[in-house]
Amino acid sequence: MLEVKDLHASANGREILKGVDLRVKAGEVHAIMGPNGSGKSTLAHVIAGRPGYEVTRGRVLYQGQDLLAMTPEARAREGVFLAFQYPVEIPGVSNVYFLKAALNAIRKHRGQSELDAMDFLSLVKEKAKLVDIDESLVKRAVNEGFSGGEKKRNEIFQMAILDPPLAVLDETDSGLDIDALRIVAGGVNQLRTPERAIVLVTHYQRLLDYIVPDVVHVLLDGRIVKSGDKELARELEARGYEWLEASAAP
Amino acid sequence: MTPASAVDQGGAPQRLPAQSMTETDRYRTEFEAFAAGRSTPEPAWLREQREEAIARFQDRGFPTVAEEEWRFTSVAPIARTAFRRPAPGEGSGVRTADVAAFGFEGAFEGHQIVFVDGRLAPGLSSITPEGGLQICSLADVLSREPERLRSHLGRVVSDGASSFADLNAAFFEDGAFVFIPPGLAVDKPIHLVFMSSRGTGPASTISHPRTVVVAGRGSQVQIVESYAGVPGAAYLANAVTQIVLEDGAGLEHCTVQRESEAAFHVGFMAVVQGRASRFKSHSFALGGRLARNDVRQLFADEGGECELNGLFAVAGEQHSDTHTVIDHAHPHCTSRELYKGILDGKSRGVFVGRILVREGARKTDAHQTNKNLLLSREALVDSVPQLEILASDVKCKHGSTTGQLDSAALFYLRSRGIPEAAARSLLVCAFASDVVGRVRIPAVKAGIERHLREQLPGLRDREIQEAVL
Ligand SMILES: Nc1ncnc2c1ncn2[C@@H]1O[C@H](COP(=O)(O)OP(=O)(O)OP(=O)(O)O)[C@@H](O)[C@H]1O
Ligand SMILES: [Mg+2]
Repeated sequence: MLEVKDLHASANGREILKGVDLRVKAGEVHAIMGPNGSGKSTLAHVIAGRPGYEVTRGRVLYQGQDLLAMTPEARAREGVFLAFQYPVEIPGVSNVYFLKAALNAIRKHRGQSELDAMDFLSLVKEKAKLVDIDESLVKRAVNEGFSGGEKKRNEIFQMAILDPPLAVLDETDSGLDIDALRIVAGGVNQLRTPERAIVLVTHYQRLLDYIVPDVVHVLLDGRIVKSGDKELARELEARGYEWLEASAAP
Repeated sequence: MTPASAVDQGGAPQRLPAQSMTETDRYRTEFEAFAAGRSTPEPAWLREQREEAIARFQDRGFPTVAEEEWRFTSVAPIARTAFRRPAPGEGSGVRTADVAAFGFEGAFEGHQIVFVDGRLAPGLSSITPEGGLQICSLADVLSREPERLRSHLGRVVSDGASSFADLNAAFFEDGAFVFIPPGLAVDKPIHLVFMSSRGTGPASTISHPRTVVVAGRGSQVQIVESYAGVPGAAYLANAVTQIVLEDGAGLEHCTVQRESEAAFHVGFMAVVQGRASRFKSHSFALGGRLARNDVRQLFADEGGECELNGLFAVAGEQHSDTHTVIDHAHPHCTSRELYKGILDGKSRGVFVGRILVREGARKTDAHQTNKNLLLSREALVDSVPQLEILASDVKCKHGSTTGQLDSAALFYLRSRGIPEAAARSLLVCAFASDVVGRVRIPAVKAGIERHLREQLPGLRDREIQEAVL
């Protein structure tokens, strides 16, 4: 599904990703852990196509296509979804209606029929339940005045609506209280299907108790320095990242 | 943030070359012809007012960028144009369909009075009688009961308006007169339409519509003024609107300026508020090649409320200048002002918002906000808040920001599958939406939204349109 090969990326002249390799197959959940500033969000942004990053080397293939050659909106229509670490507040833009436009653009691209208002609203009802988000909330302006936790739920709600084959969730667990974490994780688990690949960026082992990953990677200073199974996450929880730092040196 | 302006604020003011005598002389000559050609005799006081006005104009000439009030806007293109006053009947080519295009596509439900080139077009107007409400031609009132207008007509020029107002005072022929009797809550909104025709000659035309609105004690009304022109027509619409709110009156006013892309528009609106009156204004400056808009408000007694909202949207080489004055001359008055600007291409925008809190105007509560959105590197805006507080025990606040589209928001929308052009336009509409959203007449709100959408790429899709709150 997703293949990242020797990816080097910089922003404002500074190299942040220094050779990332990652292969994620359909049906798999990969967790990416790593200290602050190690480049996790940068990797997520480069996959989603955020302007401002320069890829200096390497490739990103998605379902065999060159992802880096595509605009962000084309990637979204092909089925790449990014749940933002810091969801953006957009006053004046309706959350559900922008989502309806997005979904129908995607459906059109997939050759599916567009949803009318009625069908869409029943979809909204159903998916809002999935992440236990208030329906009145999702109808407001995009993330405007949402609490930290509500913003994260809204990201998963959007993912549930758009139904993307590849989802990159950047610290969706940060800022959630314990109940919310359980609910959001439950929502993600329901979206865990044999057709979908999920990349979870997280700092906490706790999320991985709910969403058990197939593979855990450690990203350190722009490189994946270690990969393992869910036990690796436990080890990181106990020992921190210091013991891995030797292997991070070029 | 205020980008550096072309006129250096600190340095010596730039001077235009002295206006040639012929420029002002031309208007004097024109005035003699105008005065001689008036078929209906006017009262002596009005003739005197006109005479004084043209003399003052001759004396002052057109404003120059050396004047504080005009330092961001050069009217040289207006000064150098030899405008022609169209003869009566020249505008008869303007048809119902032309007006309908600016009449909110027939969705407007209310009274409509139409002026073409500054003169009443009875055939295009539709007014149904409503409880003593008067909506008529100013020329009509002048010929039948001129004394009713005496105190109003002289006022503007004594208000220290610019020499454009002098020109209007010298040359106005017609315009709307609206009188709302005390206590009447007018049921339907009133639409005053000022169309400019292409005229029949080669030269640009000029019109000076004058509107007087008197809202009697405790009355309530909604009034919309539209300024528009036949597409491509070159002209100057030099309008003056005077609004008086008597004690306890409530007036919601909306100006929709959609002049042709080749036109000049100069609008001056003077508002005088009586005790505990409420005035709300929504001003949309969307058209014209060069537009200048003055709003001069005065709290003439205690307890008034005033809300001024405005939006200008310009592109290409358009220039839009708004100056507002809110005059807290009496205690216990509240004002709220929100003006926004959207600038694309090489356009230029100006917002100068003055709030004056005079001595003794205690318990004044004034807020002013100005926000500008620059969509291109070459667009430029000057934003100048001016708070002058001469009283104590007051609450005053102002803020001004100028920025570009939020790149994070743009990426967020695109990352969900919204095409870039649509995402940009959506954000532009969202920026405008809190001003547009305050308009309470559905047809007018929809008309403004439609106009904005048509200027923006990528918004043809109905679904994207729906996403604007
Ligand atoms: N546009 C940019 N310009 C300059 N530096 C950047 C830019 N984006 C990210 N960086 C820097 O790159 C490094 C990696 O940032 P990134 O956001 O990818 O880290 P992260 O692993 O997601 O950290 P966290 O766990 O705190 O979210 C940081 O030092 C950050 O300051
Ligand atoms: Mg991060």
